[in-house]
Amino acid sequence: MNKRYDIAVIGGGPAGLAAALEARKNAPDESVLIIERDRELGGILQQCIHNGFGLHFFGEELTGPEYAGRFIAKLEGSGIEVMTDTMVLELSGDRRILAVSAKLGLVEIEAGAVILAMGCRERTRGALNIPGTRPAGVYTAGCAQRLVNMEGFMPGRRVVILGSGDIGLIMARRMTWEGAKVEVVAEIMPFSSGLNRNIVQCLVDNGIPLKFNHTVTNILGRERVEGVTIAEVDPATRQPIPGTDITYECDTLLLSVGLIPENELTQAAGIEIDRVTSGAVVDETRQTSIPGVFACGNVLHVHDLVDNVSDEAMMAGRAAAAYVTYPAPAAAYRNVSGINGVRYTVPQRVSESASGKLDIYFRVGSAYRPATLIVRCGDDVIAKRKKQIMTPGEMEKITVDAAKITGDITLEIEEARPQ
Amino acid sequence: MSRQYDVAIVGAGVVGCAIARQLARYDLRIALIDAAEDVAMGASRANSAIVHAGYDCPPGSVEARMNVLGNALYRQWCDELDVPFKRCGSFVIGFGPEDEKVLQDLYDRGVKNGVPAMTLMPGCEARAMEPALSKDVTMALFAATGGITCPYQMTIACAENARENGAEWLLNHPVTAMRREGDFIEITAGGEEIETRYVVNAAGVFSDEISRMLGDDSFTVRPRKGEYMLLDRKSTCVETVIFQTPSKLGKGILVAPTVDGNMFAGPTAVDMTDKRDTSVTPEGIAQLTAMSKKSVPSIDLRSVITSFAGVRAQPSTGDFIIGASKAEPRLIQAAGICSPGLTSAPAIAGEIARILRASGLEMTEKANYNPIRKAIPEFRNMNNEERAALIEKDPRFGRVICRCETITEGEIVEAIRRGARSLDGVKRRTRAGMGRCQGGFCSPRVMEILSRELNVPMTELTKFGGESKLLVGALKEV
Repeated sequence: MNKRYDIAVIGGGPAGLAAALEARKNAPDESVLIIERDRELGGILQQCIHNGFGLHFFGEELTGPEYAGRFIAKLEGSGIEVMTDTMVLELSGDRRILAVSAKLGLVEIEAGAVILAMGCRERTRGALNIPGTRPAGVYTAGCAQRLVNMEGFMPGRRVVILGSGDIGLIMARRMTWEGAKVEVVAEIMPFSSGLNRNIVQCLVDNGIPLKFNHTVTNILGRERVEGVTIAEVDPATRQPIPGTDITYECDTLLLSVGLIPENELTQAAGIEIDRVTSGAVVDETRQTSIPGVFACGNVLHVHDLVDNVSDEAMMAGRAAAAYVTYPAPAAAYRNVSGINGVRYTVPQRVSESASGKLDIYFRVGSAYRPATLIVRCGDDVIAKRKKQIMTPGEMEKITVDAAKITGDITLEIEEARPQ
Repeated sequence: MSRQYDVAIVGAGVVGCAIARQLARYDLRIALIDAAEDVAMGASRANSAIVHAGYDCPPGSVEARMNVLGNALYRQWCDELDVPFKRCGSFVIGFGPEDEKVLQDLYDRGVKNGVPAMTLMPGCEARAMEPALSKDVTMALFAATGGITCPYQMTIACAENARENGAEWLLNHPVTAMRREGDFIEITAGGEEIETRYVVNAAGVFSDEISRMLGDDSFTVRPRKGEYMLLDRKSTCVETVIFQTPSKLGKGILVAPTVDGNMFAGPTAVDMTDKRDTSVTPEGIAQLTAMSKKSVPSIDLRSVITSFAGVRAQPSTGDFIIGASKAEPRLIQAAGICSPGLTSAPAIAGEIARILRASGLEMTEKANYNPIRKAIPEFRNMNNEERAALIEKDPRFGRVICRCETITEGEIVEAIRRGARSLDGVKRRTRAGMGRCQGGFCSPRVMEILSRELNVPMTELTKFGGESKLLVGALKEV
C-alpha cells in the first residue's frame, strides 16, 4: 500500500499525540498521520497509573492514562489519522517511511514532514555488566510496571532495586502496595537520578531504605533469583569497596538505571545524533539535521516530566506545520553548547532568524548547591540564573532573548564546584 | 510397559542432536533424552559459535580428525538444515617473536592435520585484510576455512530434522539410573522406564556421570567456564574471527562477528568444580575487556548488550572419547566433547553411526528419509515482496513483537509449534528478546503469546523450564 501524508508522526505516546494535534491545529488543511507500534495510543503513560502528571500542563494532578486520555479525546473529529499495532521498519532521509501491521500489511508512506516521537528504552543488566547468574526474576522497572499495571501479575515477592530512576522509585511503592517487600534501593551515584518528590512519596513514606554509593555486585540463584549482593562503591572510582557486601535474600531484582532514546530509525536515516543525549541534534524548532524531520519527547532527550514533553512536542508540531505550509530556506545556525558542569543543552543550535524568548533546556553533570547558570555569547553574559540546587535528576531551563544571540553561545555553571 | 528404542541418545546438545539426525536416516527407533526442558541447554547455547579450521588440535588426536572432517561437512549440513553459516576465515594473531613461534607451530600442526588454505602473513598483510586488527600485530595465521555459525540454531535444526524423520524427543527426562538387562539397557529417566538396545552418551559436562551409571569410570569430565560479552549490532567492526595465540587453557580470547550481525568477545577459561555454574564474574569481564582491546583496539565496549557464560566439558583423557565402552559394549561414548565440539558434531555423528553398525546394530536406510529442514521464516531478512506474500498468507507475520530485532508474532507462534515452551526457548528460536533492550519491551507480549498458544496460565510460564518461573502470582494473590 502506498500513501502520502503531509505530516507523519512516528509514535503515539505523549510526544506524538501533542505534536500531531498541534500540527493539525496550525495546518488545518494538511493531512496528519500517527503511527503507533502498540495496540493502543498513549505510550508508556498507559502503564503509569500513579498520579502526579499534568501539574504544569493542565494545572491539576492526573494519572498517566488520564493525561494521555485528554489528548486521545481530542483526536476524535480532528481529522488526524491513526495506525495502531503498526511498526515503522525504515525511515529514509527523503522522508519515506516503510511500516508494517497485521491489518494493513506493508505500508509505504511519503511524508511532507516527519515528527520523530518514538520515546526511549530502559538500560539493561547487560549494558551494566552486572555479574552473577542469569535466573528468572531480573526485570527492568518498566517491564515490571507493565506486568503489574497492564497484565495484572506480580513479578516477585521480595525485591531489591538497583538505580533510583523515577520508574524504579514508583515501582518500589507499587510493589509494596501490592504486598511485596522491597528490601532496599541501591544507587551507585551519591545522588538520585529521580525526582525528589518520588524519593519522599515512594521510599521515605514506605520505609524503604535508599543507599547512595551502592551497587549490585552479584546475583544469586540458578533458576529464580535467590539473592542479590550489594556493596558500597568508592565515590571516586565507582568500584566496589571490598568487605562492604551485604546479601539480601530476595526473588526479584528490578533495574532502574537509565533511559536511552530509541534512535535506531533516526540514525539509519542519517540524522545527526548528540552523543550525550543519544537523541538528534535539533534547533529551536526541534528540527533535526534533515530539513522537514523534527524530534520531540524522550526520543530527543530523556525528560523528567511529561508536561515538558507536551510543551516540546507542541513546538515540534507547530514547526512541522509551518514547514509544510510555507517551506523556509535552509537557515544558518549558531551553536549552543554546555561546558563547565552543563552536560548537554536542547536545542544544540539556534537559527540566525530565531526571534523572541527562547527556552534552553539543560542538565548538569553533578549536584551543585547553590548554583548559578551563566549563558555567554562571546564575552557577553546574555542570561544568568541562580538556584539553591541543581542536580542531574532534574532538567533545568533558562530563557534567553534571541536578539542577544549574535554568535555561538555556551551554558556553564559559575565556579563549578560539584558537591 | 516401558518405551522401547534401538538407540537412546543421552544429551540433547549439538553432539547428541547431530547424532540423532544422522541416525534418523536409518530405520531405527531413536530417543533423544535430556534433563532440561529444551535442546541446546548446556554448552551448545553459550559458546564461541566458531567452525574451526582445525590447526590447533594435536596431530593424530581424535579431535583433530573430527574437526577437519566436521569443518568439511559444515556447508552441506547447514544448507540442508537451513542454518546460518559463514566461512568468513579466521586469524590467529601474534604480538612479537614468542607468539610468532607459536604461529609457526600452529601452521605446522595444521598441515599435519590436513587443514587446507592456511597462510602465515606479516601483520601489515593481516591488517590489509582485517583493518580492525591492532597495529601491534606482527604476524598472523589466516585460515580460509574458519567460519561462524549459530550453535543453538544448529542444535535445534538437527533435533527438528531428527524428529521429522521419526526420532522422539524426551525432554525434562533427567537420567537417574541405567542397568544392563540381557540384550537391552534399562534407563530410568524422568520417572519413566526406557528400554534400549544401545545408549549413546552425549551428555557433555555430565558424560562421566552417565558413563559411571553403566560401570565405565575410565574418564572424568571437568567443567571449564567461559565468559562472553555480546555487543550491539551497530558496533560490529570485524569481518573475520580473531584469535590470540593459544595458551594451555584453550584457544585464547577471541573477537568475532556473529551470523546475526553482532560482535562478541570471549571466552575466558576458568576451571570450576560446579558443572552448572554459568555466572559471570567481575574478573572475567575485566579480562575480556583487556584482551579484546589488545586484539581490536577500536572495539566499543560501551555497546555491550549482554554478558553470559558457558561451561565446556574438559575430558581427563585430553581428547574426545568416541567409541564403544570397554566396560559396557552397548554404551557408545561421544563424551568429553570440548572445543571444537560444535565444528566436529557432524563428523562425530557419522563416526557414531559407523561404531553402532560395527557393534552389530542393523541399519537400513529409510526410503522416505528427508534431509531437508526449513528454518522459521525470518521477516527481518526478507525483501518486501516476500514480506507482503507472507503477511497475505498469515497476517501474524505483519505484527512486530520484538522491536529491536524485528521479530513478528508469526515467527513466535511457529517457534512454539516447533517446541519452544519458555521465554528462552522462543528467544533462541526467533531472536525475540536478544536485541538491545534484552526483552524489556517484548517479554510481556511473548509471555502472552506463550500462554495463549500453549493454553498455560501466565503464572506457570518459565524463563527456561524447571523453577525459573517468571511471575509469582496474579495481583491480589501475593
